[in-house]
Amino acid sequence: MIRDHFRVMRVDLASGRGTIEEVDGRNTVAGGSGLGAHLFNRYGLFDRPWNDPDQPLIFAVGPLTGYFPLMSKTVCAFKSPYHDQYSESHAGGRSALALRFCDLDALVITGKAPRPSCLAVGGRQLEVTDAHFLWGLDIQRVGKRLRRMFPGSGHRSILRIGPAGENGSPMACINVDTYRHFGRMGGGGVMGSKNLKAIIIQGTETFDLPESKAYPKLFQSVYEKMTATDMMSKYHNLGTPVNLEALNELKCLPWRNLKQSTDPAVSGISGEAFADETLLRNTACSGCPVGCIHIGFVREQFDDAHHFLYRQVNYDYEPIFAVGSMLGITDKFQVLSLLDEVEKVGLDVMSAGVALAWATEALEKGILSEKETLAPLVFGDVKPYAEAVHHLGHGANDFYKLLARGALKAADRCGGADFACVLGQEMAGYATGEVFFTAQSHGLRHSHLDTGGYSYDQVHEEKDPKAAVAFLVKDEAERAFLTSMVSCLFARGVYKKDLLAECLGTLGYTALADSIDETGRRIQRLRWQTRLATGYDPAAVRIPKRFHEVVTWKGPMDSEYMQALSERYRQAIIDMGRPSSEADPQPKGETP
Amino acid sequence: MKILTTPRMERCIGCNSCSLACARQMHKKLSWLASGIRIISSGGMSTGFEAKICLACNPAPCAEACPTDAFSQRRGGGVIVKKKLCIRCGECAAACPVDAVYLDHDTEPFVCIHCGRCVPFCPHDCLEMRPSPREAQAGPEKTSRAKEATP
Repeated sequence: MIRDHFRVMRVDLASGRGTIEEVDGRNTVAGGSGLGAHLFNRYGLFDRPWNDPDQPLIFAVGPLTGYFPLMSKTVCAFKSPYHDQYSESHAGGRSALALRFCDLDALVITGKAPRPSCLAVGGRQLEVTDAHFLWGLDIQRVGKRLRRMFPGSGHRSILRIGPAGENGSPMACINVDTYRHFGRMGGGGVMGSKNLKAIIIQGTETFDLPESKAYPKLFQSVYEKMTATDMMSKYHNLGTPVNLEALNELKCLPWRNLKQSTDPAVSGISGEAFADETLLRNTACSGCPVGCIHIGFVREQFDDAHHFLYRQVNYDYEPIFAVGSMLGITDKFQVLSLLDEVEKVGLDVMSAGVALAWATEALEKGILSEKETLAPLVFGDVKPYAEAVHHLGHGANDFYKLLARGALKAADRCGGADFACVLGQEMAGYATGEVFFTAQSHGLRHSHLDTGGYSYDQVHEEKDPKAAVAFLVKDEAERAFLTSMVSCLFARGVYKKDLLAECLGTLGYTALADSIDETGRRIQRLRWQTRLATGYDPAAVRIPKRFHEVVTWKGPMDSEYMQALSERYRQAIIDMGRPSSEADPQPKGETP
Repeated sequence: MKILTTPRMERCIGCNSCSLACARQMHKKLSWLASGIRIISSGGMSTGFEAKICLACNPAPCAEACPTDAFSQRRGGGVIVKKKLCIRCGECAAACPVDAVYLDHDTEPFVCIHCGRCVPFCPHDCLEMRPSPREAQAGPEKTSRAKEATP
């Protein structure tokens, strides 16, 4: 519903009860990313650890969610098990529209359920139910059971964790509707720490639209831009895997723990290879006609009598990089079978693949032995990796429990920090250069989507730290506004400032429409203030040696340039995190 | 008369653009339920999608069940809906053999009236307006009790 405040449902898992709160701040923090930080400041415990039962797990949507195409993502905000600081993770699927149709701007979950439980919320529903019988089930199996337990096909979003989340892994994702994820920074571990196996969001409400003809007319125009132009074809045609060959060509695709940045074997895992031989169909997030979700298949013979099983597996650029090129797996079906294993245990695929790549090289160099890895990890050999994924997800021994905290933490204990491909968290698949390495390693959620650093590297030949950091700061503010709406970032080429203003204005959010730049910058500052107040020290960020050894089409990395970028970006972050205006919402953990 | 058909649902990506279009254009609502077409997955996202729509019965059981002529028989199958006459009894939804009538929390019924305005919003061409196979069928064009009572 269109309103000048936020309607927030707060659920206490300990008591199984909740409350509806009206929270001010629509014109200052907008929704989504801004609302997530705003609510963390309201409910978060800055000085207590991530797994304190009273820490909030926040899901927030924005003022445009459901009202326009591709306004289809949800922001999850929490104190991360990965670094015990504030973080965000974003996901598509049905959760955004389901929250909208619960008439909620945000869902805030606090407390710890006395036993493994499911939370079901709807427009007229709130229940916390015993689910001890689901504990231990993998993502696929628990999904099948939850669909029977909570009817509402098509208009229900199911968020669930696998064994990795149950054991509090900092690499555990929250699976959303089978094919989407709050992947990064360990949101699944937070759910596990709360004894929360699943969240079912039933979108059952209906809202009146503005009476004017301007809204449906504008909707139609946006819809046509999203479907009828070439701008979005990349996403629904080959999808994001189209980037594999392109980045490999530029010597920017990480291979074998980033020992290489290009390899002719990319042809086995290219976007074309996946589409031609493995693609079953596309599917979409609710409210998005683009349909970028690509579903391939795994077919396995399970005995000699021609008996097969098959499973459908989602693929994208990042997962293919993480368990394909990064592990030296060059067969598309082997990549899909590994992705399937990662999905089952409920791990973030990027973190898992990159961490196992480090473990492989550490084993190769004799820093680790099979006593730790349990499986004989070798680049290119899929079977040991399938075993290792299981071990990592289940925390099979002390080594895998340590590895789940991050490859750099494992390296600090075991050795091999020089080749841990960690940029704040395990790297995303862009070995594009100094600006990206600086951006991800320092970024707010250490995501490749925080800023367009990877794209800056590809466009700019000059080495100007001042200009590069100015770009990162400005680009982040624009993205912060988009992820407060909450738009899919694939639509960033369409949702430019003027169109966003028109969309907001048509729905009556005129103050937001008139203050997009200012609000984006305010949200950016609020997020940094919140992150810093939970203990982030940008000066402590390390960019391991392996990144300095990368050679791209531009040539070898320039360590001095990377150092200059880091110093300047750190200062920019500290400046942004400093309270600068009394009008800004102030983090309560802020110290004078 | 043409009716809305769903001949290519195998292509459906589950974006709900059709449902949202119906609710937006016909009812001035933001909803994926208060719509003449509702998309459901047939057992999770891995099993594809189905559309719940009116199959254009002739005679239409929902019209026969309606006590106030809010639903009356449409030529070629389906129903004509007059919202002002509806008393929110919900009999139409109970009578529909394919669960095509959605009742909101106030028991207001929403059903496809075969206008076709959702069709251009399907990005994969799943939907199509086609001549009704029941157009030529024998049977009463109007089956509401009020019409039957009129000589």
